[in-house]
Amino acid sequence: MRLATATPVRPLSRVTQAAWLLLAGGLAAQVAWHAADPGASARYRPLPAPPPADVLRLAAAGEEALASRLLSLWLQAHDTQPGVSVPLRTLDYERVAQWLGRALDLDPRSQYPLLSATRIYAAVNDPARRRRMLDFIEDRFLESPGTRWRWMAEAAILAKHRLKDLPLALRYARAIADHAPAAPAWAREMSVVILEDMGELEAARLLVGGLLHDGRLRDPHEIRFLERKLEELEARNAGRTGTPAP
Amino acid sequence: MDRARILRAVRAIATVVALEAVRGRVPWLVLAVLLSGFALAQFTAHVAITESAEVARGLLGAWLRVAAVVVVALFVAGSMAREWSDKGMELVLALALPRGAWLAGRLAGYAVVAAGCAAACALAVAALAPAFQALVWGVTLGCELLIVATLTVLCMLTLSHVTLGLSAVLAFYLLSRIMDTIRLIGASPLAGGESSSQQAAAAALDVIAFVMPDLHRFARSEWLIHADAAAADLVHALGQTGVYLVLLSGAALFDLQRKAL
Repeated sequence: MRLATATPVRPLSRVTQAAWLLLAGGLAAQVAWHAADPGASARYRPLPAPPPADVLRLAAAGEEALASRLLSLWLQAHDTQPGVSVPLRTLDYERVAQWLGRALDLDPRSQYPLLSATRIYAAVNDPARRRRMLDFIEDRFLESPGTRWRWMAEAAILAKHRLKDLPLALRYARAIADHAPAAPAWAREMSVVILEDMGELEAARLLVGGLLHDGRLRDPHEIRFLERKLEELEARNAGRTGTPAP
Repeated sequence: MDRARILRAVRAIATVVALEAVRGRVPWLVLAVLLSGFALAQFTAHVAITESAEVARGLLGAWLRVAAVVVVALFVAGSMAREWSDKGMELVLALALPRGAWLAGRLAGYAVVAAGCAAACALAVAALAPAFQALVWGVTLGCELLIVATLTVLCMLTLSHVTLGLSAVLAFYLLSRIMDTIRLIGASPLAGGESSSQQAAAAALDVIAFVMPDLHRFARSEWLIHADAAAADLVHALGQTGVYLVLLSGAALFDLQRKAL
């Protein structure tokens, strides 16, 4: 197989002066054109509204799973536009949630939008924006609790430690316990820890008792751990109310 | 004319087409497509903060699929145009060969080129995806390329012009890929009421969809991303390809036999 064509070529001396001039003139003009061009200026473009889901599906031409990931990548790259680094707190989080939602609509099995919401956009140092992302995670968790419980668990941790909003963290933790029975024990038992932190020792005791008696626990280590936790809670509860532990 | 002689002629024409692809440096073009696909996939995967392997596999598959379709369509259109301008067909038919034999030879040659393209792409995808998924993806890509090659032959025979022929092929291909989505949007209750014009539009879409191959179910990057292709997907693609190739070759033969040469 030959890379070059077999067509014979004439010597360079056969090229006319006009052709040489045209070539050199064209090259010089192109260089001058570029030199005179001031170049693109860095200017922030705000996040536009996402196209309707049907338009995105049409544009994907049957490749929704890939389109979902490319949409997530595009959104991820939005805050580092050429020449401009956009702080997350200046982004319109309503729009961010819409874009993430579109990506998730295109491929509900993708974890990318939920990871972006939890690890990138919820990391912003602005409680209102952080809450918007946590709301997004809660909304989308309920669509498929079995596959999205880990993001809800992260949302509960963020609500507890970053927002210091224990009732919100408790709501998220309870959502995992109520809707994701296949989630691991540590995720389903988060409510106990949060109730303890809230000083709701009696509620925590009831919850642990319920977990121990509903018959879903199989692991002996987990059962032993919860039994010890129940004893500890009963002792603390008794100490607080002044009555002996049962 | 005896059958053995026709078969020998078909094989000879197919060999000439395959040689034309090799001498036209199609393998080098496919290699360039593969390398650029790997570069694109690796770059994008590097940027992704999660699911980077899925992004790389999906992007490589989608890129190779579109590029292979364009390469095959361009090669077939160029080859058919050369055949017309060089009067190759008239020369072959002067040997008292039936027109169907000439067509069968050309289609067999293009099928070899399409299969070679699909095999190269499948091998590249197998470097990133599980073997069975790459196999299903590769075989269905081969089916898709066969349909595209036969369709290009039909369009070139009918329209006798590269620009028109390729435009028709690309429009048909795009419509086949998005037909299912258009029908779903049309059938959605959000699309509007039950007016007679809406019902007529939905019925027209259904009619069009009936005569289009459902290419949206071929070589899906979703298989490479989620590794969920099943043998049923392969069976469906093979069945659809068989049916559609019969339809397209029948139309091409019909058109060829009506041509006054």
